[in-house]
Amino acid sequence: MPSPLTGVATDLKFRDPAKARELSAAVVRLCADIGRDPITLMHVCGSHEQAIAKYGLRSNFPPALDVIMGPGCPVCVTDLPEVDEAVALAEQGVRVVTYGDMLRVPGTARSLLEAQADGGAVDVIYSASQAVDLAWAHPGQEVVFFATGFETTAVATAALALRPELPPNLSILSAHKYILPAMEIVAQMPATRVEGFLAAGHAATITGWGLFEPFVERYRLPVVVAGFEPLDILAGLVKLLELVRDGRAEVANAFPRCVTREGNRNAQEQLWRVFETVGGIWRGIAHIPDGNLRLREEFAGLDARRRFTIDLAHFGTDAPAALTQQCICGTIMAGSASPFDCALFGKECLPDMPVGACMVSSEGTCRIWHTYGGRPKL
Amino acid sequence: MCLGVPGRVLEVRGPVAIVDFWGVKRETRLDVVDEPVEAGDWILNHVGYAIRKIPASEVGETLALYEQLLQESGIDLMSADVRSELEATAPSGSGDA
Repeated sequence: MPSPLTGVATDLKFRDPAKARELSAAVVRLCADIGRDPITLMHVCGSHEQAIAKYGLRSNFPPALDVIMGPGCPVCVTDLPEVDEAVALAEQGVRVVTYGDMLRVPGTARSLLEAQADGGAVDVIYSASQAVDLAWAHPGQEVVFFATGFETTAVATAALALRPELPPNLSILSAHKYILPAMEIVAQMPATRVEGFLAAGHAATITGWGLFEPFVERYRLPVVVAGFEPLDILAGLVKLLELVRDGRAEVANAFPRCVTREGNRNAQEQLWRVFETVGGIWRGIAHIPDGNLRLREEFAGLDARRRFTIDLAHFGTDAPAALTQQCICGTIMAGSASPFDCALFGKECLPDMPVGACMVSSEGTCRIWHTYGGRPKL
Repeated sequence: MCLGVPGRVLEVRGPVAIVDFWGVKRETRLDVVDEPVEAGDWILNHVGYAIRKIPASEVGETLALYEQLLQESGIDLMSADVRSELEATAPSGSGDA
């Protein structure tokens, strides 16, 4: 069993090394108490994976502890036909604006970046507000906001939709996702070894930790909400391991400085006034009932799927590239494989030439492991 | 797209706050934050929107991670995401109100 904070971890810039040592020791002790191998915990947030990999936290975990990333990368789970819709709109002469990570996500035939290279008008934005600015700036052109992300970005899209005055040439192509139903799919998978979930702090800032209460009740799996500092994550894992050891299916909040039980009610109210859940395929994983967010009927006038006839038929004839067929992003996002199980990882599939979406997004497991080295050899 | 960034409010103009992010003045929308925000308050900004007012007593804890990340090169994924979050705020005086 490794002693707390050895090797690479001694170089970590923990704000409070004594606290980090204490938490690492608690992780080791709790895993020994539980006594199973493996003890599998899942987090569902790209920023958590970035922090875990960047700060080398896994190098201090006992070998029995397996902390894996689930379907926590909204870019990665955006399905091929959703990308195809945006590409088709760009080909039709519509200006498509979207968050940066979406540009290189492969569609059936091509990505938005390739559509842009062929003369399509595609702009990267960082904020939903910038979609409004761009629409005002291009009054003679239809502008479609290809809106992606979980609850945290969906509330920004909702706030945009609720503005009293919007440019008439702006519409929304929603590929927003809702994380809770995806956690349920993972919990229901017969082969799942997941014994508890670490939930993302900033999404829970909006939804509140109370959102997870029916989930833990139904699936008898504990959920701990955690922040993004290495110490926040270690503290969250310690709490989660305590709940696993004691067999307590409960929600715990290890990020009280940002998260309350009820969350941001104003944001939730706007989110559900604008969006409703609908089932949809998450790329490579499964059909997730209630996993997608679509604009409600009252916002039909803003819905790009109603404003435009989007022709996807011409994408259907292209068989997926041979490499794409070998991609195991979906299995990785379901928590059943790691990037090291993929024959393409770091070889044919690289950040500059991604085969799968998990290598594209800064929140994708493969991209993060490729950047930071992933699971350290002990 | 999961990591918000904290900043200190300098001024409120209707639905927009002028916010100081590490010495850079930017605009953040106030549509979704659930508490009144005024000059001197700290907020958590995500894709150009304040999603939470951060209690003053908890600001120090919240800032530490970002200060470390912002000192790193833009090649780092996590630092780059934080920089993107700052780009999501409008330059102060852009009139996006």
